[in-house]
Amino acid sequence: MAQLSVENVTLSFGGINALNGVDVVVEPGELVSVIGPNGAGKTSLLNCISGFYHPTHGRITFEGHDLTHASPHTITGYGVARAFQNIELFGGVSVLENLMLARHTYLKYSIGAASVFYGSARRVEVENRRVVEDVIDFMELEPYRKALVGNLPYGVRKRVEVARALSLEPKLLLLDEPMAGMTLEEKEDMVRFILDILAERGTTVILIEHDLGVVMDISDRVYVLDFGMVIATGKPEDVAENPAVIEAYVGGAG
Amino acid sequence: MSYFFQLLISGIVVGSVYALAALGFVLIYKASRVINFAHGHFIAIGAFTAYALAVGLGLSVWIAAAFALVFTAVVGYFTERVFLKPLVGQPIISVIMVTIGLASVFGGLIHLTPYGSGNFSLPGFLPEGGVSFAGISVSYPQLLAVVFTAVFLAAFGWFFQRSTVGIAMRAVADDQMASMSLGVSVEKVFALAWAAAGVTAAAAGLIVGAISGLNLEGLVGIGLKVFPVVILGGLDSIPGAVVGGIIIGLLENLAAGYLDAYIPGGGTGDVFPFLVLLLVLWFKPHGLFGTEEIERV
Ligand SMILES: Nc1ncnc2c1ncn2[C@@H]1O[C@H](COP(=O)(O)OP(=O)(O)OP(=O)(O)O)[C@@H](O)[C@H]1O
Ligand SMILES: [Mg+2]
Repeated sequence: MAQLSVENVTLSFGGINALNGVDVVVEPGELVSVIGPNGAGKTSLLNCISGFYHPTHGRITFEGHDLTHASPHTITGYGVARAFQNIELFGGVSVLENLMLARHTYLKYSIGAASVFYGSARRVEVENRRVVEDVIDFMELEPYRKALVGNLPYGVRKRVEVARALSLEPKLLLLDEPMAGMTLEEKEDMVRFILDILAERGTTVILIEHDLGVVMDISDRVYVLDFGMVIATGKPEDVAENPAVIEAYVGGAG
Repeated sequence: MSYFFQLLISGIVVGSVYALAALGFVLIYKASRVINFAHGHFIAIGAFTAYALAVGLGLSVWIAAAFALVFTAVVGYFTERVFLKPLVGQPIISVIMVTIGLASVFGGLIHLTPYGSGNFSLPGFLPEGGVSFAGISVSYPQLLAVVFTAVFLAAFGWFFQRSTVGIAMRAVADDQMASMSLGVSVEKVFALAWAAAGVTAAAAGLIVGAISGLNLEGLVGIGLKVFPVVILGGLDSIPGAVVGGIIIGLLENLAAGYLDAYIPGGGTGDVFPFLVLLLVLWFKPHGLFGTEEIERV
């Protein structure tokens, strides 16, 4: 059975369909990319999966859990984490604290009353710390760990955004344009990180990305959205040659 | 000189009540951006619950006080659940109208009890008498009011810093989307912020009961005093609520003590804090400790 399945999902905003009968299936350990012109509905799809929006029609399931009407914090609990297109970091604290917050708000919060005061739960705290230090190491954020996030350059903040999602140790990671606005070198780093996340952590990744070169290079499968509909899906090389896709991109650019 | 110190002390005492009152107001605003016009009524509910239990049922004042804190927290919690939760995402003006409506509903309900009008005083809450030093006298209730406030604020600050609930609250105040994606139930945090505001409001009401009498208008009036306090300190700053509260309390007392004599009719205590407020806002439009809004691009 698929790990994630989005079945016939429609999302309407007052008559406008941001998504229209979308079907998406993702298997464990896959890197699936979602591409499409601006306003195609890519972010809306991630918002439906992560519970920020609820589909008007259709159904979404993840590892047997029904996500269709679940709230974001419940879905996080099932093992789905996301990095936002517009960076949503806690600007006034350090990189380390941003990642620790992910551990404290999610894990300890859900364990509940038994360990309300984390100062007393040493063992869990040591474990949290270990996970976060691993992620910092993994995402090569060592030089910035004590730096205030608000003061960091854009490219580094994008990386912290991904690192914070990884700190939740998710089974499915949703990345919304993690390379947008980056320099070539930063992009290459990010591509390497994504491939490592798949290979070393076994995390399933859904990637939204405008750089088609990158998408065709690293994805297992690609979905192409246009006007809220899936107009093509398949292996990168098949999608790249699909006339409907070429039309959407050429038409979208005009 | 001792006159000055006398005014200083009463200013600090009144100021700590304002600080406590403002703390709850700021907690709600910080978490959910709701401006609570019914805050003074929470203060009244806390104070009169304690009074009713202590005098009506003859319970020990301390037990009555503890119960009042819990009861007002519960009222705060359900107020959010029942009246504000359905309004999440609605325009801020609708939310404000609801809290104004709540204020009149609570006011009406309190009028149905024997406490709607008249003056009441909590019995034997704090020991009589006081200490005198170099011509300045401080009553025990005044002294304990300040100590109680300090302890309460410290405990609250500790809770906010260290508990996971406190951490979740701060995270939500900072970035709601991010907190949700990290597994925080924003709904739960909003309701807890209202419960916490209920506790602090009740604490403020209890202190008023200890140092002066209780009457509905006076208690509700403290809820309005919160506005200059938080505008001065910064709407979303907890230290700002404390510092702002003390400053407004001091200004009120010093102005009343020194300026009233020269102004026909007096009342400078009520006006002077606002003059200073205007001056401060001239230089710091977000208050002394408030966060300056940063436009997102
Ligand atoms: N909260 C909302 N209210 C109304 N309309 C919305 C909302 N969110 C998205 N939309 C609309 O849904 C459509 C799809 O938007 P979405 O953000 O999903 O596009 P996208 O593919 O992520 O675009 P981009 O590449 O620019 O990020 C757009 O027309 C957008 O205006
Ligand atoms: Mg988008």
